[in-house]
Amino acid sequence: MGRGVKPGCGLAAALLAAGLWSAAHAAEPLVAAASDVQFALEEIADAYAKAGGGAVRLALGSSGNFARQIRQGAPFELFLSADEDYALALARDGFARGPGALYAQGRIALLVPLGSPLKPDGTLADLKAALRDGRVRKFAIADPEHAPYGRAAEQALRRAGLWEQIRPLLVLGENVSQAAQFAASGNAEGGIVAYSLALAPRLKERTGHALIPEDRHAPLRQRMVLLRNAGPAAERFFAYLQSPPARAIFRRHGFALPGEGG
Amino acid sequence: MDWTALRLSIELGALTVLFLLPVGILAGRALAYRDFPGKGLVEALIALPLVLPPTVLGFYLLVALGAASPLGQAWQAAVGRPLVFSFEGLVLASVLFNLPFAIQPMQRGFEAIPAELRAAAACCGMTPWRAFARVELPLAWPGVLTAMVLSFAHTMGEFGIVLMVGGSVPGETRTAAIAIYDRVQAFDDAAAGRMSAALLAVSLAAIALSYAFSRRIGRRLG
Repeated sequence: MGRGVKPGCGLAAALLAAGLWSAAHAAEPLVAAASDVQFALEEIADAYAKAGGGAVRLALGSSGNFARQIRQGAPFELFLSADEDYALALARDGFARGPGALYAQGRIALLVPLGSPLKPDGTLADLKAALRDGRVRKFAIADPEHAPYGRAAEQALRRAGLWEQIRPLLVLGENVSQAAQFAASGNAEGGIVAYSLALAPRLKERTGHALIPEDRHAPLRQRMVLLRNAGPAAERFFAYLQSPPARAIFRRHGFALPGEGG
Repeated sequence: MDWTALRLSIELGALTVLFLLPVGILAGRALAYRDFPGKGLVEALIALPLVLPPTVLGFYLLVALGAASPLGQAWQAAVGRPLVFSFEGLVLASVLFNLPFAIQPMQRGFEAIPAELRAAAACCGMTPWRAFARVELPLAWPGVLTAMVLSFAHTMGEFGIVLMVGGSVPGETRTAAIAIYDRVQAFDDAAAGRMSAALLAVSLAAIALSYAFSRRIGRRLG
């Protein structure tokens, strides 16, 4: 048995070290955000750090998945949803402190890789023609089941009367960023993704895009909520996200802002 | 390069190996030398993670460790934070899905020791503990090392289970494999490429090592 003790001690020491290490990071608020805001949020987090606010830890993914993980006990402190419903439902069920705040309104865009047979046409008229003459083999959107931008894409496709035709060609991203990745890599001829992603520098150099009119889908009112275990650092970042510098960054990334109309 | 993620992967791998070392030696040795009713079933259960889709295992672990489970609640009560989406939960999941990678090579290592040798050790008056420490373990060592290397490499590479049980919490459960996925989604192919190359190198080194150890076992048998 003598030998069994040693690994046990090492293990306890290692777990302790891991615990201490995560305690050291505990002051940095842990933020879960819908992947459509990733570039805006990275910039805001940089600006926040430069303004002396400290570091922020960001996790990006689909709003639906985050909402589920938060219900299962994920240790996030602030949640930036891509829609209102997930955030409000968390507040209603006691996982969030109050209803939070609207922070941005999202738009969707048709994204096509360079060299795609598809034209970047926001009215989706060219997509309709392309479906008829077989120019589209794969088309990317986020999974409407749990990604708000996927739902907006579905609504726009339904509104254009293309949903039934395009369904067999759809490749579904786990979140909107993955859908953009499918289209930008040229593995799909196009996709409907968040406008904020289409504007990202790393995407812009290899894709074309066109904004889809706002009336083609239900508004993507993006709401954020402070979660039950939010610390003071998370509260400060929550306030900063509503400040003029942060709003300017959101605007630059293609979001409309609450209380500004259009 | 996301050094935090890489360090997290290495810590996870090292802790997993540390946990599995005693478990694997005890279980591997028992399976090599003992016959008991239901042995086939036990061996099948241990091998199960080899064939199960990671999402199946991930789903069961999420249910078993989640906030609604007795284990999850006991952990929450004792430690004050949830087990899922935490590094500790990831270590537990990692130990479970690595059982076959640890136990099987160790079992082969113990099986490779000729029965006469063990009989001779007993004849010489060695206590079972002494025979284990002085005869069996040194001879089975290549199998034990192979198991450690494989478990470590497999932990570094696991994706599905880590994503389901761990989420992708930076500095807590975002391992190198998950960070690659995140970087691809951020259209940051350069960073994804660098991290992929690092994992490729680690995996190649691990496999080469384990093959070298296996050859040593083979030679001894021949």
